[in-house]
Amino acid sequence: MKILVCISHVPDTTTRISFTDNKALNVTGVQFIINPYDEIALTRALELKETIGGTVTVINVGTSATEPTVRKALAIGADDAIRINAEPTDAFFVASLIAETAKKNQYDIILTGRESIDYNSAQVATMIAELLDLPCITVATKLDVSGSEATLEREVDGGKEVLSVTLPFVASAQKGMAEPRIPNMRGIMSARTKPLLVEEPSATKIFTNVAGYELPPAKQACKLISKDNVAELVNLLHTEAKAI
Amino acid sequence: MSVIVFTENWEGKFKKSTFEALSYGAEVAKMLGTTVTALAIGEISDSDLKLLGNYGATKVLSVKNAKLNSFVAQPYSAIIAEAAQKENAKAVIISYTYTGKAIAGRVAIKLNAGLAAGASALPSSASPFTVRKKCFSGKGIADVVITTDIKVIALTPNAYQVNTGSGEAAVETFQPTIKDTDFSLVSKEVKKTSGKVVLTEAEIVVSGGRGLKGAENWGMVEELAELLGAATACSKPVADVGWRPHHEHVGQTGITIGPNLYFAIGISGAIQHLAGVSSSKVIVAINTDPEAPFFKAADYGIVGDAFEVVPKLIEEIKKLKQAHH
Repeated sequence: MKILVCISHVPDTTTRISFTDNKALNVTGVQFIINPYDEIALTRALELKETIGGTVTVINVGTSATEPTVRKALAIGADDAIRINAEPTDAFFVASLIAETAKKNQYDIILTGRESIDYNSAQVATMIAELLDLPCITVATKLDVSGSEATLEREVDGGKEVLSVTLPFVASAQKGMAEPRIPNMRGIMSARTKPLLVEEPSATKIFTNVAGYELPPAKQACKLISKDNVAELVNLLHTEAKAI
Repeated sequence: MSVIVFTENWEGKFKKSTFEALSYGAEVAKMLGTTVTALAIGEISDSDLKLLGNYGATKVLSVKNAKLNSFVAQPYSAIIAEAAQKENAKAVIISYTYTGKAIAGRVAIKLNAGLAAGASALPSSASPFTVRKKCFSGKGIADVVITTDIKVIALTPNAYQVNTGSGEAAVETFQPTIKDTDFSLVSKEVKKTSGKVVLTEAEIVVSGGRGLKGAENWGMVEELAELLGAATACSKPVADVGWRPHHEHVGQTGITIGPNLYFAIGISGAIQHLAGVSSSKVIVAINTDPEAPFFKAADYGIVGDAFEVVPKLIEEIKKLKQAHH
């Protein structure tokens, strides 16, 4: 079983976001982590490897700045890593580079997180699947493999859907698929010597760009209402906010 | 030329997010000097199809095929792309729901089109074609420029209003090419997990945090939600300890929502939680701690014990409902 897990290098969830001249994320003092959903995907891939055998490769599209994040994935337990040396611009750019590499290496399962917590497009998995003409199970909360068949559960509006699929396929992981692991000392030590292949990007088309970034508008000060006057809150929600 | 809007239905009935997407598509069509063609897949009555005219569709392409009665991403994506080509679409609008997320990227690739996933407003300009979307889980906004001839926009639910007019759309039967190889995913079962109101589509959400002290105290949250026709939600710690199911967890690593009204009861307002609810139009925070960060993000707040405040809130809303009955 060959599993490919796509990982993204994103600001830690507690980061206070700011932008430099509204053109780029201000990275000063920002701690970067493996995208939390990608970490769930990686953990499930390792669990599958432990039960049915095989290899787990992580892939990242990023500059050398992402290497500590890639090494962390190796410390958690991935066997090897590929970094495609390019600044990611959008979901299509990332997906087309990963799909190129995946075509060469023939993976049985390709996993991503449900979305990255930086650009939140949630489209890398579907795009890789489309480029490779594979089925894709998005926002999957469960993944089990038996022989050449897999059973997954995914979130749908108002519920969950249970699906079965024949390998190979692509899936994006949501909370519930696995509980992330903390790397142990042995993992951290061995990560230093595990293979990390750096590939130069093939030419890819650019379909979108970001003209600028802004922070969301600041909220008006909160209107505080006395706990003894709940009627006033209801009145304000009805007459002023027109929300009830 | 046209703008194609994919209309999602739930058991044959159109969803509110579909009316939002049509209303949005109608405005995009005006910007581009064209009209809206709605695409509907599934068993939907002709009268319901015609009524899409009320939300801005001039024409409806109706695809009826027993194999397509439940959603499968690959054939649905292929049909949307084929419809877009047939109608010479300049833009394709899809709701950014679970369904939309499973198809938007595929449709964009089939059409060689740039995609704005999670658009939160109308395009600010048609040339360059610029669409606003949230990024950094609601902590930032990006203006995405789509440089391709065809544009695909996945519109966040509750981000654009429903514009209701009057008009009857012309319904046309559409028989797209259907590839058997696109049906390799087999749906075994759909389990409904939420109550009557779907969290991602709810107009009002009542959410509880650790301040509620235990699973047994959710009765009043549910009562308040029921009274308002709202969905219930919770913070991450509450889902982590199992007081509420994970599918109710809103926040940066849970579900992102943008209802009209969000009640945060006994939730302190950690930055990760706020990231998931910051698109809410009106936020009410109820917390015993006057220093809780939620009071900086809320529009209305009550410093007080939820066990005192929420029952009073229920009483007052009942009075309001009676007065307007």
